[in-house]
Amino acid sequence: MQRNLTPMDGGASNAGVVAFADPSDDALIEDIRAVLADCGGLAVEPARLAPEDDLYTAGLTSHGCVGLMLGLEERFDVEFPEKLLNRRTFESIAAIRDAVRGLLDGAAA
Amino acid sequence: MTGLSTQARSVGAGVAAVHAASVDRDARFPSEAFAALRGERLLGALVPVELGGGGASLFDVASACHALARHCASTGMIYAMHQIQVACLVNHAQASPWHRALLARIADEQLLLASATTEAETGGDIRNSVCAVRAEGERFTLAKNASVISYGDAADVILVTARRTPDSPSSDQVLVAVTKADCRLEKTTGWDTLGMRGTCSDGYRLEAAGELAQVLPLPFADMSAQTMLPVTHIVWSAVWLGIAADAVSRARAYVRAEAKRKPGTTPPSALRLAEATTKLQQMKASVLTAIRQYELACGSPELLTTLSFATAMGTLKVATSEMVLEVVDRAIRTCGLSGYRNDTPYSLGRHLRDAQSAALMIGNDRIMSHTANQLLVQRDGSGPFE
Ligand SMILES: Cc1cc2nc3c(=O)[nH]c(=O)nc-3n(C[C@H](O)[C@H](O)[C@H](O)COP(=O)(O)OP(=O)(O)OC[C@H]3O[C@@H](n4cnc5c(N)ncnc54)[C@H](O)[C@@H]3O)c2cc1C
Repeated sequence: MQRNLTPMDGGASNAGVVAFADPSDDALIEDIRAVLADCGGLAVEPARLAPEDDLYTAGLTSHGCVGLMLGLEERFDVEFPEKLLNRRTFESIAAIRDAVRGLLDGAAA
Repeated sequence: MTGLSTQARSVGAGVAAVHAASVDRDARFPSEAFAALRGERLLGALVPVELGGGGASLFDVASACHALARHCASTGMIYAMHQIQVACLVNHAQASPWHRALLARIADEQLLLASATTEAETGGDIRNSVCAVRAEGERFTLAKNASVISYGDAADVILVTARRTPDSPSSDQVLVAVTKADCRLEKTTGWDTLGMRGTCSDGYRLEAAGELAQVLPLPFADMSAQTMLPVTHIVWSAVWLGIAADAVSRARAYVRAEAKRKPGTTPPSALRLAEATTKLQQMKASVLTAIRQYELACGSPELLTTLSFATAMGTLKVATSEMVLEVVDRAIRTCGLSGYRNDTPYSLGRHLRDAQSAALMIGNDRIMSHTANQLLVQRDGSGPFE
């Protein structure tokens, strides 16, 4: 559970350090960036976005969210349940990472 | 029945009904009805009690919209549009001192609020803006080619959507409360339409300047999903239900008069009346269900922003906007020529013309294509009856 906490910022909190120290988090984030580039329809390059940057400010729309979610489900072989289908789930790369991580952990358990 | 509903009924029957024909004929603002609504202090109905308002529920407000629209659809629609704006302030801006003070003024001075979402370049695509807020220190300027602002001349405050900054993408929007003193409105188009003529939905070039504190704190996307979208579709539907209900009342009166002329037989037109009544009941069920769904989700941003909730509200609008036309059509067939004529107690021409606007107010095809896209990822909900 501890690993699922969203870091408050780039490492000021302990939770942030722990989360970023996990190498698989970096891999997840790179995969998410790739899906964003393919399906997100953003106004900026996903490579230039920090994990905590607001994706809606970067041009993500509800239409874009649908494509993004389908892309994530395909990439990670997961299914987003109804309760995750809201704006907050997709508000940043870090939020998406936490959601995907939760789904992957849930599937493994 | 609540006080609000009773008061709205009396303004509807006593004032709006009297002037409905001239409001429609002259395409003029229903000033008598709004003077009466202000007299009853009904413009502050949604404002919390501690800020001097009525603290009404959405159920009560929707029933008031319905009661007014039964007699004058333009009056009902203007009242509905005002309440949508107030609901956004109540739900999302009470923590901001500027907007809290505005809410108190709405109740105290009975201010009328209008909306400028539609832009010449984007049409009914309210989740994209071309115009942008330009900040300079603590102040801002904003210029919008607002192609439709209902009762723009009569409004005291206008809530305007715009991009957050001149560099923001079109979907990164904010909502700005602009008072009449803050803005200059130059009329660009008039409103000589088939129906809803009293809404005076002229086009304007809007130029505003004010304090940055007037920008509502939450992104428009969140307010849109949690409040503007559900409240809009519910109160609009309540207005259309009012149009349909009055059409059925007229048809019923016609059939009763027929029955009295030939006692002992049921007039053949009664069958069409039964059909109209069936559709009216379906429509009412749709509106009441949506209000209940809103009440169940209320206060939970998570529930209010789920796709299934957005779909429920979008499809409500599409369904009721089609049903109102069916009900009015059946009512006209019930009354025959007496409903078709413009000079009988059973006339239904205005109902038909007003009802035609329903499918166009945010085009149904636009909503359906949006819904179709969202259905690609939607799941079964987990609430009651899902
Ligand atoms: C009585 C009334 C009062 C109004 N008051 C206000 C007000 O106070 N403030 C305000 O800002 N606006 C107001 N409006 C405007 C309203 O909100 C919509 O913006 C407007 O009705 C849309 O006009 P349109 O049909 O020209 O534009 P568009 O939205 O451009 O639509 C044109 C046509 O294209 C279709 N369409 C568009 N996109 C798609 C798509 N993706 N897929 C399929 N079909 C699509 C639509 O269904 C429609 O048939 C009012 C409208 C009415 C009728």
